[in-house]
Amino acid sequence: MTLAVHATGLVKQFKDLRAVDGIDLQVHQGEVYGVLGPNGAGKTTMLRMLATLLRIDEGEAQVFGVDVRREPHQVRQLIGVTGQYASVDEKLTARENLRLFARIYGQSSKQADRTADDLLERFGLTDAATRTLEKFSGGMRRRLDLASSLIAQPPLIFLDEPTTGLDPRTRGQMWDTIRDLVAQGSTILLTTQYLDEADQLADRIAVIDRGRKVAEGTSGELKASVGSSTLSVQLSDPVDMDAAARSVAQALGRTANRTPESARLTVPLNRPDEAAEALIALRRNDISVAAVQVEQPTLDEVFLALTGEHVSDRAEGEADDDHDTRAADERLDPMEVTR
Amino acid sequence: MSVVTTTGPAAPALKSHVSVLETIRQSWLMAGRALQKMRRNPEQFFDVLIQPLLFTPMFGYIFGGAIAGGTSKYLPLLVPGLLAQTALTTCMGTGVTLREDMEKGVFDRFRSLPMSRVAPLAGPALADVVRYVVATVMTLAVGIAMGYRPDPFGLVLATLLIVFTAWSLAWVFTALATVMKSAQGLQGVSMMIMFPLTFLSNAFVPASSLPGWLEAFVNVNPVSHVVTALRDLMNEGQVTGQVGWAVLACLAVVAIFMPLAVKGYRRQV
Ligand SMILES: Nc1ncnc2c1ncn2[C@@H]1O[C@H](COP(=O)(O)OP(=O)(O)OP(=O)(O)O)[C@@H](O)[C@H]1O
Ligand SMILES: [Mg+2]
Repeated sequence: MTLAVHATGLVKQFKDLRAVDGIDLQVHQGEVYGVLGPNGAGKTTMLRMLATLLRIDEGEAQVFGVDVRREPHQVRQLIGVTGQYASVDEKLTARENLRLFARIYGQSSKQADRTADDLLERFGLTDAATRTLEKFSGGMRRRLDLASSLIAQPPLIFLDEPTTGLDPRTRGQMWDTIRDLVAQGSTILLTTQYLDEADQLADRIAVIDRGRKVAEGTSGELKASVGSSTLSVQLSDPVDMDAAARSVAQALGRTANRTPESARLTVPLNRPDEAAEALIALRRNDISVAAVQVEQPTLDEVFLALTGEHVSDRAEGEADDDHDTRAADERLDPMEVTR
Repeated sequence: MSVVTTTGPAAPALKSHVSVLETIRQSWLMAGRALQKMRRNPEQFFDVLIQPLLFTPMFGYIFGGAIAGGTSKYLPLLVPGLLAQTALTTCMGTGVTLREDMEKGVFDRFRSLPMSRVAPLAGPALADVVRYVVATVMTLAVGIAMGYRPDPFGLVLATLLIVFTAWSLAWVFTALATVMKSAQGLQGVSMMIMFPLTFLSNAFVPASSLPGWLEAFVNVNPVSHVVTALRDLMNEGQVTGQVGWAVLACLAVVAIFMPLAVKGYRRQV
């Protein structure tokens, strides 16, 4: 079966920044493929290249076997694009937007009316149909944007951060909608900054960072590399940092990650019991603890595990050498590492 | 948000291009979109309503005496010139509005749809014909109120000619809109094109009153041809060769700038 998306060595160069730096991607028909990465990783850039909106500087991409670079018009007939920022007309009403797009696809005035009404109803926008978008909430705009991408019932749908900025209830609704689409046989390529979203929706996940794919696998594989959960310990006295890291390493046979600014140690856990073992080790060494938490892995931890850097350190440029990258690499075994 | 039907794996016959008929249809749709917005925001008509009300008396009373020895004598010279100038400013607006529009998210959708690459550009220019007509009718009305007495038959043809000119020249600004990065930048460049085109023409003064080198430029300026054609139509009631030249010049502008505009729009970053 042809792949829904087949990209090799995608590169996008913005002046001296390689926003996408040699990404390979294979999305199978009927699957949800999640692209996970922090701000500026290159998710949007990559998606826009595949959606014919940005030139592909190097590399090849095919959508259902159709070459994106050579036959953009054909590719556009196969895709629906919901960008990171709503691509609908602010000055028109929800119905006018949907009608316009439907008519551009060649529908008659009557058909377009029907399509618009159908979609408005399915996305719970009927009441707001005749309001201009300027008066829409973020969630409504997002929904209309997704509705607009479905007019031609495209077999492949790109969703760029579909739930960023939505409240939990609306996010849940969006997830349901996406699941419905998949149940109907659509293939979905979505980007997200949230591990739990990728976990909930995606069959396979690629983690990208600075334009490169750092890992790829199912969410189970991804989590296994990070540990099923994380113990986070805040020390009463930052001076104990070294001793605490040593005790934890001894108890669990694994290096703890340090965040010296907040006197915090985090360590991935394979079993919940390991939390107790680590705490007992600290107690034995007379290291006093201010706060303890066991957390589900976050994007930050995935990144820490995969790249040895905190996402939050990025703002200051290069990360410090505090984190032990080798330890991170050792935990990658179950995954296909593409670094 | 319940079930949304989508087809399964792709097997539809893909079209390789947009037909001419589809292109025209989509251009109308895009024009319809622009008209819808005009209806919703009538402020967009302020300039085309106010400018003729302001400029026609201003130029008529200020320059009339100096240039033609009296306002009523100046009007046959002035009104065709003002028509050309108003048309140019109005179609400059077409470009600036398009540039602002292109920065909005909805253009991402147009670009990602399997639609004509001319339609999103042709639509606004088509819708702006309404503005060109309003600007032209206002200028003529004010001129007539001030005592201008054009040939009625010529008046109708002149209106058609100037609206066609505005539509044609709009492609220059449309092409610029697709390559310029910002609306302000475009505004600036447009001014720099518009001022020499209008003021270095016979729009407000007879070309013969100018120094030789300037007269040479004025005589090749297409705006001069349009203005002369308008004068022939309205003042003499005659369809002269100038009218043919004006139409030809407009067609040439469209033939050059429409492809450039599409090329600029197609170009991906
Ligand atoms: N048009 C552009 N010109 C120059 N640089 C750009 C352009 N678009 C994106 N970039 C840069 O490319 C990098 C990747 O950006 P991109 O928007 O793809 O990231 P992202 O993963 O989508 O991030 P976010 O989660 O914030 O949406 C960033 O550093 C961004 O500043
Ligand atoms: Mg993005």
